[in-house]
Amino acid sequence: MITLTKVLLIAATAVIGGATASYALQPAGAATNPVERGRYLVATSGCNDCHTPWHLGAKGPEPDMSRLLSGHPANVEMPAAPAGSPEWPTRASATMTAWAGPWGTSFTANLTPDKATGLGAWTKDEFLGALRTGRHQGRGRQILPPMPWPVYGQMTDADLESIFAYLQTIPPIANKVPEPRLPQ
Amino acid sequence: MPMPRPRRRARSACLLAFAALPVLAGACGSNVPFDAAPLRLADTGLFADAAARTISKDALPFEPQYPLWTDGAQKSRWITLPRGTSIDASDADHWVFPAGTRLWKQFTFAAGERPEGASKAAVETRFMMLRADGTWLYATYVRTPAGDDVLAPPDGVRDYCATADGKHHDVPGHGDCRLCHEGTRMPVLGFSALQLSPDRDPLAPNAAAPRAGAVDLPALVARGLLRNLDRAHLQSPPRIAARTPAERAALGYLHGNCSNCHNGDGPLHRLGLRFDHPLAATAPPALASTVGVAGSFTRGAATQRVVPGAPACSTLFLRVSAMDPLTQMPPFGRHLVDRNAVALLEQWIRTDLPAATATSEVDQPICKKDK
Repeated sequence: MITLTKVLLIAATAVIGGATASYALQPAGAATNPVERGRYLVATSGCNDCHTPWHLGAKGPEPDMSRLLSGHPANVEMPAAPAGSPEWPTRASATMTAWAGPWGTSFTANLTPDKATGLGAWTKDEFLGALRTGRHQGRGRQILPPMPWPVYGQMTDADLESIFAYLQTIPPIANKVPEPRLPQ
Repeated sequence: MPMPRPRRRARSACLLAFAALPVLAGACGSNVPFDAAPLRLADTGLFADAAARTISKDALPFEPQYPLWTDGAQKSRWITLPRGTSIDASDADHWVFPAGTRLWKQFTFAAGERPEGASKAAVETRFMMLRADGTWLYATYVRTPAGDDVLAPPDGVRDYCATADGKHHDVPGHGDCRLCHEGTRMPVLGFSALQLSPDRDPLAPNAAAPRAGAVDLPALVARGLLRNLDRAHLQSPPRIAARTPAERAALGYLHGNCSNCHNGDGPLHRLGLRFDHPLAATAPPALASTVGVAGSFTRGAATQRVVPGAPACSTLFLRVSAMDPLTQMPPFGRHLVDRNAVALLEQWIRTDLPAATATSEVDQPICKKDK
């Protein structure tokens, strides 16, 4: 004979299991929490490919998540980029954070909320402006390749605001990214 | 290889297509604000006789003493206020305009080739109007071969006309309008107590003499179009407090060309770089925020914004002198270097500042170009 306690336990297990299954099956992208939505968008939009410095891990090259989204490391001084050719116009550093091409040499930005060197002092409007216009802080110099701002600039305001909200929650890392270099 | 271009290159079909857009009939009277830009300049209220291009008597010409330089374009400017309204100057640095205020700025480029489909004389007219809801409407009109001034595409027109040295002028898109005009509290640029002061700076680069009928500060007050202005600004017209004539003109140039972004209350205020000129300030903020001040931008040995005696070590000078997209300031709106301004800024930094600040050569960094 089943006891009341067992009934309650079974019911509770079903509820918890159902809730867990429901959570697991829910696409992360549908998260209504802006920070969670932003985390999903950052994870699936390739931000770590360039803004998190790569290192040689146990399984080969991979983003160094201890420097999550902190941009080109200031302590990695890059020599002049090797000459490109018509067939190979673009070159990338081992960290994947420095890129050379016909535009010059660009260094990926620090997206952490560090106030002095990252996005900590940026406003949401500046962030949206940068991705909409392709200009630094939405009104300065051009954002350089390979940053695909024309792609991200097509996201909805809500998605861009979610990305900004998430970026403001990651650990701040003080890292002053170098200024871009002119073409040689 | 050129930088990536976010806007499409001008095509004659583009202009012709816009020229062929249906005319918005009876769009506006001079007192009625509208929400969307009329398709023709003639419907914005600028003209008394559109066919003859006779300017309406309601449109008052004005001439800022420190004009924005746009690759050598000649400019004409007008403003209208709805009848019976006026500008509130209670805050002398941030005038409040009545809904329905309209401003026009016409650009004429005297030389250079024209794209197929454009008029012989390249003329562009920019228009802004304060809507009833407090937002500003921006629009740009370009002249067609038929002589119509028609609404430009929302993204602007790349390479609208040649200017000099193989460069071209771009007609701005709506986003560009907002970038320039909404980087400070007062979107109306070039129409302020300092810019309209009758105590005009004789050394101001690129300034034109006010045309007949142009309004200045006293004229606006006399016409009842500007109220609540502190009378002290009429008795002692606004003037940049500078130590030398060249410094006055240099700071004025920076005010007219840079303060729309670099000011004390806009989105970029945290950079600590200010070219706004509060009338109550005892010293120009531009001096305190540039001379001997390190900025985030560096280029080789140049780490400070302004180094007295050393233009080549002054990032401000390098950026105004530059023409590459990574360095130049302003970052858009020009493809040429304003040589008049560069000469003035060089004199100010090289000669006037060391004398004014008693800077010794020992204090200066080593810059090859300044040796």
